[in-house]
Order: sequence, then C-alpha cells, then structure tokens
Amino acid sequence: MSAGVDRVTAAFARARAEDRAALVGYLTGFDPDRAGSRERIFAACEAGLDVLELGVPFSDPAADGPTIQAAMTRALASGASMAGSLALAAEIRQRFELPIVLFSYANPLVSFGPERLARETAEAGVDALLVVDMPPEHAEVLRGPASARGLGWIGLVAPTTTPARRARVLAASSGFVYAVSLTGVTGAPLDASDAGLHAGLATLRGASSLPIVVGFGVRKAEDVRALARHADGVVVGSALVEAGQRGPAALGELVAALRGGTRRV
Amino acid sequence: MTAVHPEDDNLLRGPPELLGEFGEFGGRYVAETLMPAVEELARAWPQAWTDPAFVDEYRAILRDYVGRPTPLTEARRLPAAVGGGRIFLKREDLNHTGAHKINNCIGQVLLARRLGKTRIIAETGAGQHGVATATACAYFGMPCTVYMGAEDVSRQALNVVRMRLLGAEVRPVTSGSATLKDAINAALRDWVASVADTHYVIGSVMGPDPYPLMVRELQRVIGDEARAQILDRIGRLPDAAVACVGGGSNAMGLFAAFVPDKAVQLFGVEATGEGLQGRHAATMAKGRIGVFHGMRSLVLQTDDGQLLEAHSISAGLDYPGIGPEHAHLHATGRARYLGISDREALAATELLARTEGIIPALETAHAIAALPAVIRELGPEAVVLVNVSGRGDKDMHTVMTHLDPATLSLIEEAEQGRKAARAAHQAAAASGERKEGT
Ligand SMILES: Cc1ncc(COP(=O)(O)O)c(C=O)c1O
Repeated sequence: MSAGVDRVTAAFARARAEDRAALVGYLTGFDPDRAGSRERIFAACEAGLDVLELGVPFSDPAADGPTIQAAMTRALASGASMAGSLALAAEIRQRFELPIVLFSYANPLVSFGPERLARETAEAGVDALLVVDMPPEHAEVLRGPASARGLGWIGLVAPTTTPARRARVLAASSGFVYAVSLTGVTGAPLDASDAGLHAGLATLRGASSLPIVVGFGVRKAEDVRALARHADGVVVGSALVEAGQRGPAALGELVAALRGGTRRV
Repeated sequence: MTAVHPEDDNLLRGPPELLGEFGEFGGRYVAETLMPAVEELARAWPQAWTDPAFVDEYRAILRDYVGRPTPLTEARRLPAAVGGGRIFLKREDLNHTGAHKINNCIGQVLLARRLGKTRIIAETGAGQHGVATATACAYFGMPCTVYMGAEDVSRQALNVVRMRLLGAEVRPVTSGSATLKDAINAALRDWVASVADTHYVIGSVMGPDPYPLMVRELQRVIGDEARAQILDRIGRLPDAAVACVGGGSNAMGLFAAFVPDKAVQLFGVEATGEGLQGRHAATMAKGRIGVFHGMRSLVLQTDDGQLLEAHSISAGLDYPGIGPEHAHLHATGRARYLGISDREALAATELLARTEGIIPALETAHAIAALPAVIRELGPEAVVLVNVSGRGDKDMHTVMTHLDPATLSLIEEAEQGRKAARAAHQAAAASGERKEGT
C-alpha cells in the first residue's frame, strides 16, 4: 500500500475510476475530546470518506468561521496538543487506509519544528499538510522537509487569486489543489450551482494536472452533487463538525448521504 | 518633516514577490484569499508615499485637522524625581483624539480612497485606535466598522460611546479570549469576505507586510518632528529615545528618525503587568519566535504553539505579539527593551501629572516609569527624549479604582449623600401624598 502523496493520488484515481468525486471530510481532532473525536472520525471514515482532513487546533484560527473556531476551542479545552493529534492520526491510520491530510495554522506546526513535524507526521501515517496561513512564498520551511519524506503539500487557490499567484500556488502543490469556493471564511453560505464558481473550477482544471478539490460552505448532498462534475473532490467541513456535535451516528448518516451526492450521473 | 526616505531600502522595496521582512521577521502569513489584497497594498503604498500629491494631502490634514506639529516640551520638575537628565517630552497627547494613533489612520484612510475602497474596518483594544479610525472615517465620510473584544467593550465603555458618536459601528467579539487579539482575528475574517471593497486599517506596526512598514512610515512624523525640534532647541541629538511598546507603532515612529544615528540609544518599554511570574505582556522578555496575525515575530505562546493571553493594566499594551521590526531591532541589539509593571506605571502616571501637569495614558506611563533606569545608565547629564504617546483621560476609571482610594471614597460619600437626599425627598413627597389623600 502506498503512503504520502502517492496515497492521496491513488484515492483520487480510484474515485475517478468509479466516475465520482472524492468526498473529503474535515474534522477537528480532540473535538469534543480525545475519545469522542476518535469515535466520530472512525464513524465518518466508515461511512464513506475518501480523504480525511484532520484539524490540529490553533488558539487563533483567523481563516475559520464560527463552527470550526468553536470546535478548536473545545479541542484545546480538552487537552489537544500537537503530539496528541499525531497519536490520534496514528490510531486512525491503524484502522483505515484513506489518505489523511493534516490541517492547521503555521504557528503550532512551526513551533513543533519543521524536521520533527515531517518525521513524526510521516511516522503517524499522515500523507499531506494543509496550512491555511502559509502562502507558497513562505511554505518552503515546512514543505521542504515534508516533501523529502514523501508528504504532499496542499496549496489553496481562492476566487481572488490572480493568474500569477495561481501559478505560484500550483508550483508548490502536490497531492491535490484546494479550490476555495467563496470569498470568505469556512462555513459561509455557498451557492454550489453558481456558474461563476464552475467556470473558476474549469479554469483551474486547465491550469493544472493535479486533482482539483473544492471546499468552503458545502453542506448538503445536493451541494456535493452540484459540484461533483466540476471537481475531482469536494470538501465538507463545518457541516460535519456540526453533525458530530449530535454524535457519531448523526455524523455517519450525513457522510453516507454526502457520499451519495458524489456520483457523476 | 521628511516623509520620504528613498535611501531606506525597506520603503522602496520593489515587487510584491519580495516579502517585507526585517531580518528574519515579518512576511505575509495570511490566507490565500487575502494575499492579492496584501500584494496590492504592497504595490500601492510606495507609489502613494512617493507621490507628492498624496504626501502633501496627508501633511495638510495632519497640520490643519490633527494639530501637528505637536510640541516638544522640556520637563521642568520631572528630572529631579527620576535621577536627573534633561528630559524632552514629545507631545503626541496633544493630537486630535488624544494619541498618536490618528497619524496612521489619516494616512491609511487616504490610501484606501486612492485604492477605490469604500468601506473601512479596524480592530481596537483600548479603543484609541478605534476612535482614531472612526474619526478619520467621519472626516472622509466613509462607513466604518470596529471590532472590539467583548471584555474591552465593557472595560472601555467611554471609547465605545465615542466611536458610536462618530458614526462607527462597534462589533463586540466574544470568541477566544474576547480581547484585542480576538478583535484582530474577527477583523481578518471580515476582511477575507469583504476584501473587494474594504480596507483594513491595522492600528500598529504589525500584521502582514506592508503594514509594519506602512504604519511606521505614517508614524515617523513623530520622530522626524522631534529630531528637528531637539536639534533646534539644544543643537544636538538626544542620548536616548524612549517609548512604550504594545504593537510598537509610537515607538517605531519615534525610533525611525534615529535608527541611523548610532549615538542615540533606543529604549522600548513593554508591560510586565503583574510581574514576569504572573500575567504580563512582556513579549520581548518571554516571547518565542512564532507566526501570528500575518507576521513572523516574537509571540507569547505555550510550548505547543498556542497563543497566551497577555495582561497589562493598559489595554493598549495588552497584546501577545510585537511588530516584526522591533523583533529585528531587538535581535540586532540596535534597540533595547525594558519592562515596567502595572504598579510602576500607575505610580508614573501620578508622577508626571504632579511634576509636569500632564496626565499620560497608562501606556505612556510605562515609558515615563522607565526613565530612572535609563538615566541611571546614561548619567545625570543625559538628554532623553520620551514619547508621550497619549493622554490619560480614557484611563481615569482604571486609575481611580487602582490608585486613589481617596477619590473613590469622595465619590462614595457623594453617592451616599445623593441617596440620602433622594430618600428624604421621596419621604417628603409621600407624606405630601398622604396628606392630599386624607
Ligand atoms: C496612548 C497609547 N500609547 C501606546 C499604545 C500602544 O500601541 P503602539 O505600541 O502601537 O504605539 C496605545 C494603543 O492603544 C495607546 O493608546
């Protein structure tokens, strides 16, 4: 079985072979606490996630909306740490084959130490890093050591991104590229059938051979269905976090429903 | 006043690909959505600052509206209380709105207009930057939204009223620790969604490039004026320049004019709050390199990279980070940073009030409180320039509760007297009613 960026690539190839978009699910580690988050993440993986985006909480998540902010606050209050998050990732890896993307902000990762981060994330079975406040201009400090261990680096392209910047982001990305669907924070309302959004995804597709994964504001199976033909993957974050607050079963149900929306029929 | 220093390669650093870094500090650590706006600012700022029309308009507003140049006052009775020296006070407290903050706000709102932005947002802690931004927006007729931690909204209620009077919308922030750092997070979240038409007026020499550089340049009028004034007054440069440091804008504005003059020692003064073992805001003494609010700088944080809450009696110094240029001046040894506690700052507030008839802001009082240490080191003949960054009116409630039990008891006595009078009045009225009833 492959690991690192290859595992990410394989997951998208598999979804494409099944003529569907990959379902990428975001959950914050240690929300509401360690055992509770493991239970919820396991339920979500079992219900059909193709890729897990595992959030390492940060005290000041300036790019996230209220839902993920609150999840990070709960996680920190229940003792989340970098080491704890990696141990959680390792437990997920023991049970599941799906790619794990570690999501966080620069400070906790830089503070942990770039070399140590690359080594220990790879050892834990994490496959790629996504750092929202690290544009490509600054990414090398973490990306370099991570790439050396075969980990992917997920760059973000926003609706405001200029063509020159897009090239810079794409050059630094591996595994997939994250297309931010809207000009705003996570959890903001999205019109998934917006023609402008679809056109933006088509432009990005034309500029890159990497899988294109669209996220921010995707909540329902019908949102996923509206986007599945325009992207290689769809990310659901805040809606999963909210469902998780109602328990693992509710979360599993939502994931199963979202998965139903990934088919390109 | 020389606003433009072409020899300063940090100012005219060219294309946006080159990130504004001060040594190993600075940079643009923001979400991709904001990067194009930050790049646009980084391009527009040096163009504006080298455009005589822009600079002339900025200077004219500072002169005719803000009240610049501010005076340089030689302290008469303060030296005897701090071990000597000739002490010159740069009077930023005499600016319109009562602090240095307005120098920056006027410049940034002018720039926002030049960029075609139609809405302004800002964060505020003590409320001084919020008031200054609201003022600049009222002056130009721009809509203004100010984010303020819910904790600070109640601590600084008077400034909330001022901002509302000035037409600004004040949005209380309840996330995180509900203080300044969370207000900045909330402003960044607003900006991520509104970046097409909105300019974010950051209130100090912090945040992503080009803010630390731009805010320094907009505040360097403090140092440029003071340098010319002191040369004019005594024919030489001071031995030291001293200023309090929160994010660091009043200090950078003062220092900027003296950095090339190696003989002038630079002292920043940070807040040690309840002491370094307790709650404090001593980023230089206790911070570790980190990435926060768009910049790489020194940050108060846990071993695991989570931000710590800062504490200072002065809300304007209550911030767990510091501008990257200060981190650089600190690392290179060009500037030194001293610590002053809440108690020392309160005492210095009273000292300046009684010796000079100037009631400083609690932030400023930290700089005053550092004078004995500076003069002990430089000797009683030293010429010391201190930035009086703001006036103390906003802090009277805090000062009253901490410093002066006598004032408190006066107020209590008056309150009791008023209650007694009201009770007597009501009793009289009631007995009148009874009489009417019978
Ligand atoms: C009077 C005064 N001085 C100093 C400060 C601290 O800010 P800075 O370090 O950016 O000058 C403030 C901030 O509110 C202030 O109001």
